[in-house]
Formats: sequence, C-alpha cells, structure tokens
Amino acid sequence: MSARRSKVAPQYDVIVVGSGAGGGMAAYQLSVQGLKVLLLEAGRDYDPVTETPMFQTPKDAPLRGAGGADKPFGFYDATVDGGWRVPGEPFTTAPGSQFQWWRARMLGGRTNHWGRISLRMGPYDFKPKSRDGLGEDWPMTYETMAPYYDKTELLIGVYGGEEDLENTPRSSPGVLQPPPAARTYELLTKQACDHLKIPVIPAHRAVLTRRQDSARLPQKLHPGNRLAQRVLKQSMDQRMACFYATDCGRGCSIKANFQSTTVLIPPAMATGNVTLITDAMVREVTVDKQGRASGVHYIDKLTRVDHHVTAKVVVLAASACETSRIMLNSKSALFPNGIANGSGVVGKYLMDTVGAGLSAQIPRLEGLPPINEDGTAGIHMYMPWWLYGDQASGKMSFARGYHIEFGGGRSMPGPGIFGGLESFTGGAYGKKFKEEARRYYGSFMWFDGRGEMIPNEDSYCEIDPVAVDQWGIPVLRFHWKWSQHEIDQAAHMHKTFAEIIAQMGGTVQGTVQTDGNKAIAAGGSIIHEVGTVRMGTDPKKSVLNEFGQAWEVKNLFVTDGATFVSNADKNPTLSILALAWRSCDYLVDELKKGNI
Amino acid sequence: MSDESTNPAGGVGRRDALKVMAAAAVVPMLPDAAVAEPAPVSREPLPLLDEQQRPVKRKGPRGTPSDPVLQVAKADWPMKLSLRELTTLSALCDMIIPADAKSPSASAVGAPGYINEWASRPGGEASLVRVRGGLAWLDRESQARFGARFHLATNAQRTAICDDICYLPKAKPEHQFAAQFFDTIRDQTATAFYTTPAGWKDLGYIGNVALPTFAGPNAAVRKQIGVE
Repeated sequence: MSARRSKVAPQYDVIVVGSGAGGGMAAYQLSVQGLKVLLLEAGRDYDPVTETPMFQTPKDAPLRGAGGADKPFGFYDATVDGGWRVPGEPFTTAPGSQFQWWRARMLGGRTNHWGRISLRMGPYDFKPKSRDGLGEDWPMTYETMAPYYDKTELLIGVYGGEEDLENTPRSSPGVLQPPPAARTYELLTKQACDHLKIPVIPAHRAVLTRRQDSARLPQKLHPGNRLAQRVLKQSMDQRMACFYATDCGRGCSIKANFQSTTVLIPPAMATGNVTLITDAMVREVTVDKQGRASGVHYIDKLTRVDHHVTAKVVVLAASACETSRIMLNSKSALFPNGIANGSGVVGKYLMDTVGAGLSAQIPRLEGLPPINEDGTAGIHMYMPWWLYGDQASGKMSFARGYHIEFGGGRSMPGPGIFGGLESFTGGAYGKKFKEEARRYYGSFMWFDGRGEMIPNEDSYCEIDPVAVDQWGIPVLRFHWKWSQHEIDQAAHMHKTFAEIIAQMGGTVQGTVQTDGNKAIAAGGSIIHEVGTVRMGTDPKKSVLNEFGQAWEVKNLFVTDGATFVSNADKNPTLSILALAWRSCDYLVDELKKGNI
Repeated sequence: MSDESTNPAGGVGRRDALKVMAAAAVVPMLPDAAVAEPAPVSREPLPLLDEQQRPVKRKGPRGTPSDPVLQVAKADWPMKLSLRELTTLSALCDMIIPADAKSPSASAVGAPGYINEWASRPGGEASLVRVRGGLAWLDRESQARFGARFHLATNAQRTAICDDICYLPKAKPEHQFAAQFFDTIRDQTATAFYTTPAGWKDLGYIGNVALPTFAGPNAAVRKQIGVE
C-alpha cells in the first residue's frame, strides 16, 4: 500500500477522515460498493506485516521494553507518535478538570494496539433512559443492530462463547469463532466466582482461533457484490489463526487479530477505489453556499502546506474528540458555532469508561510446574455485569453496570517483575531471593472493572480560546466531572474484587477503597472516550440521526465513537465498527437515490 | 544534470541554490529564523513541493523516540557509570542473584550493563544519583568496616553489610538511604536477570513460542490447584 495522489485533484465521491475502526470500516464499505474514496490519515503510513515485533523479547529492547513518556505502553507497543501526548499537538484541561487523551498518529489509529475485547451492547444499553430515567436513549434498538453485530463479527473474526445472559446477548449461531481454553488462574477465578454467584464466561475478542472461511463468508457478507467478494476473499486468505504467542498490543504480522491496517484497509485498497494520503492533518470541513459540505482542508505534515480537497460527501472518523475538534473548528457564516452545530451539542456529553483495579497474590497458584499461559495474549474469560435485578429493584446506589477483566499467571517476565517482592520475603536476597522468585512467579493476578459512565453536562470538550498546535489548529480544552453513580460504582468494584480474592484464598495487594473517589481512574485513562457528536431522534438535542448523518448537513457523516449516546460497559470498538457499517449502507442508498 | 548545475567553481549553480533554499523553507520543525532570506532574483513564486519532493521518507519508522525502529533496538544514549562503579555494582548484583544449581549469576547475564543503561537513561537523573550515591556508600562502608572495597571483601563481610540494608522497614535510621538503594538495585537486578533466557528457564516460563493449539492446564495441574 502506498500513498498515491493525482496531479489534478479528482472529484471524489467521499472523503473519509481517519483510518481507525470507524474510518477503516467506512473506507472498506464505501469502496467495495464502488464509490471513489479519498482516505485521509493524520499519522504516517504503517504496515503491521513488516513492522510488528513478533517474538522480540524484552531483553532485545532498550530498558527491557519498559514504557516511558514516548511509548507509554512499552517499547514494543504498536502505537506510533502517540500515547498520552502527541509531539507538537497539545490539548488543555479546564481548571479543576482532570482528563487524559490517548491518541495515535498512524494508519489504522488505535486499532493497532487495542485489547481486542469485543462485547456487544445489549437491549438495555440502547435504551438506558427508558429503564432508569438517566442519560438518553439511542435512536435505534438492539434488534436493529444485531444483524450488523453479526456481520461485523464475521468480517473481523471474534472468538467467544454461546452464553446468552441478561443484557449480554449471544451472537447468531455460527458467527463466533471457538473461544480458547481457560488458563489456570481463570479456572480458579471461575471456581471462586461460582460460589459468589458472579458469572465467569468466555470473553469475546477480535482474534482468529481458526482461519476464516474465505469460500463462504465473502458471499454471505456481500451478496451479489463481486468486487467485495473478491477483495474480501483475498484479504481473508492472507489472515492466519492465532499461534498463541506475542502480545496483541504490538499488532499482528500474521493478521490473526483485528486491526484496521490488516483487515479493512488492505481489501479497501484492493478495490482500486481508494486514494490514501497519510500525514494529512484535517483541520476544517468547508461548506458551499447552500450549506452543504464541499470538502476539507488538510495540512500535509511533511511540507506544512495546506490543501483543499473536495467530494460529494464527507465522513468524519478522526476519533471522538478529534472529530468534535474538526467540527467546532469548521466555522462559517452559515455555521458560526461549527459545522452542523446549531444544537450546540457538538463537544457535549463526553464519556469514558469507569475504571478501577486491584491486584492480588494467590497462594494456590504458587509452585506450579511450567505451563505456557500466553494464550491469545489477552483475556480468555471475563465477568459480565450480573446485578441488573438489584439495580432494577433499587438496591444499588449506582444505576449502571460494569464487567470485570482479569489476568496474571505465568505471563512473560518483563521489566518490573518482582518489584515489591521484598515485602513478601522480608527483604530476601541471594539464593533465598531466587527460591522466592520461583515460588511466587505466576501467583499474582489483577482485576479491572470496566463500567458505564452516564453522560453529564459537566463533561465535554470545546475549543481552547488561545492555544493552537504546531499546525496552527486551535486545540481542545477538556472539562470533566464524574457523577456519584460512577464514584459509587468504582467503590463497588473494589468491594467485589476483595470478595473474589478472599474467596480464592488470596491476599489483596494495595488498599481496598471504600471511597470511590480514591478507586476511580482518571477520566480518559481507560481510552474509551466516546460521545461529543451524538446521535438522536431530536435535532435540538443531537447532532446526527441514527445513521450518523448530520441533521443540518445532509452530506456530512460521522462514523467513529463520537456518535455514541451512552457508553455501556461494553468496550466500544465493536459497536463503532457495526454502527459505521450501518451508516455506510445508508449513505450508499441515499447517494443512489439522489438524496445527498 | 543541466549545465547550470555543474558550476566550474565547484559550487552550486544559482538554480540549484534556489532549490536548496526552497527545500529548507519547508523542512519540518525548522524555526523560521533559521531560514536564510532568499535573494529576490525572481518575481515568480517558489514552486510548492509536490509528491516527488516531499523531504521525509513516508514508509516505516522514522527512528524518533515516539516512532522507534522496533525490530532492531538498542539503547542509544551514553552510559554514565565508570568501570570502578560497575565493578562494585557487579559484586552487589551477584549478592542479590548469585549462581546456584539452576541458573547463573546476575552479572553472568549482563545485569550491571542493563542497570547502567537504566541509570543513564534520558530523564533518569534521580535514578543515577541513587545508584551512584549508593555505590559510593557501599565501598566506603566496606572500607570502614573491613578495610576493603565491597567487591574485594569476603562473602561473609558483604553479607554483613547487605543484611543491614536489605529490608527498608527494618533498616536502622542511618541505613535508610542505603536500604532504598539496595531495594532499587534488587528490583533492577531482577528485571535484568529474569528477562534473559536463563532467567526465563529458571522460572519455568515456556511461552513466546508458536503453538498450533492452546489446551490450557492438563489434568495434573488442574488437580494440583483443585479445579478438576
């Protein structure tokens, strides 16, 4: 794949801004349906096949692969030019607000390093306000989205189980790939949770445990579309099944897990309908005299030259807050508050996931024989939220649920291993230290809660009145506040983890917080920021219709996490992909009908 | 090459000089003040760079701290510990992780070199102070007590010092810094040792290999943990 640009700017059907989950899916779906797509990515070109450090060990990396400011998730993490800060691209936070914003400047965006946890939103999640009066309902139901979840799971490849629990729906038969076997610590945790009546079921992750059925799936996913079937078959044939080694966060050179750069962009490019420009930082959507989107301005980061490109339709998928930033910076006589922002809702109702965690030492995991527990390098099991009944009957002090992710065991020894062992051993060193290390290796675990945040008026982003980035583009200023629902939920997470650890006969490492303020992770730090350009049924309270189409600008669409109305505890990427697919089907239909 | 560019004086021709200046004007991150004012030789606007003239390669890592080459990576900063310091450090590393029947010592797998890399890292000034201060303390303490630098003291003498500083909560007030230092070196020695093949083998880490299937623990292990 390489960047290509014609001497004379062609008339594209669609400009897609961003190449991650939402932009990659849009580029794929629109190009296989024959539209000419210009795909703009603010970061550099990136090829997981040649660049992923498969099997490289910590010993081969500076500082044994430890993370730092430049590579926060470790040296081998796939993220390029990103993390908690992007060189030359600051943001600000309002006084009293704490918010962290993870970005990646690379083809495929954050899909290159994510955890691949792919949980569907359930029926309750689409209608939260109808259930408890808080937040807002989505404009569609789970039943509307279920076929798109099925199709998305088939396209990207997701493993998972057949369980069908309250608001944790199963996929249609035959959609999911078989889940990997549970590890030692996952079996022990399940045993403890069975006593506590907390369900522990196979996780859903976007990792192939089998090769995809390339003879059947392309036809099933794209009936009657020969081009789509051809490029998808070709793409699926290049994907291998997981070989149970190498952390997914590094990316995957054998394309066993989902990242936009291995699963969506290659078939999109293979259609011949996509022009990709990398290092293209979009700053503004332009409008014509009728108030329609006419194109975008972008800055070529390598030359610092500003360009204007035009198309019939503009799709924004720059990541939730970046999409808001572009819209708010797109000011014109017709849209003085930013494009399609007559409602004033752009930037509002920013959400992240509620996070809290505890670690534990589990004596029953000590002294086990060597076992390979790498697995799919991510969770095989998890606990979906289980107390819907208690919430419905008013027994809980917080309105929404969380799920639990957990790990540990005999994972690859890396930097920091046995930091803190002195407290278990009274300061052992020498031969005693080596014996203690053998004893304790594999006996540590962590539990992380991932909970729903209810959108509120105090959590939003806006354009900073003063600051600009190195491209001269005004930057975002974040405002952030948790409600008591989230704070109480975080305290409940700690209480639950302590119960599970006690049931396992283990010891909590750290402090079990009864004050949720001390347990809750900073806003943005779970990297599930969504909302700010939400969908809805009322143009006064939302920016987009249920297809991600702007109420005020018919040829402007948003297909990233910005569209989210609520932020269920389910990790957002799978829903971003499914929603983007549905938006694209609608977009193509409307173009054909001449409505756009 | 055009005639103009082969300047008889061996310098660059006028047109080439303009090209150089035009390129310099768009090199990323170059402050404006550093760009020489182009001579007003022509009223024609300078041509914008097009695709073929973009100054930076577009594919693959650029080798910057936030976009390093991952496949072949080494610390690229200067190492700061002296040979004398490394000698003391090496002796301490081996007090923490000595050779035994199962695996070699920490120094045998390069722990002092890694700790030097870690203490010398950009932004790691506080670590460097702790390591250097601790090593100096260790030699002085050994000299004062036993009349020999730490690495030249007997194993029993070194053990006597380490026993005093191996556990912060029990260290005497006058040993607080030394105990913090010891804790730091123990953590870093463990990182160094247990990230090597010898360390993996010692712990029984057998992953990072491609497997056709993933079976989970066998019946014997399930029985051992009680989840048959």
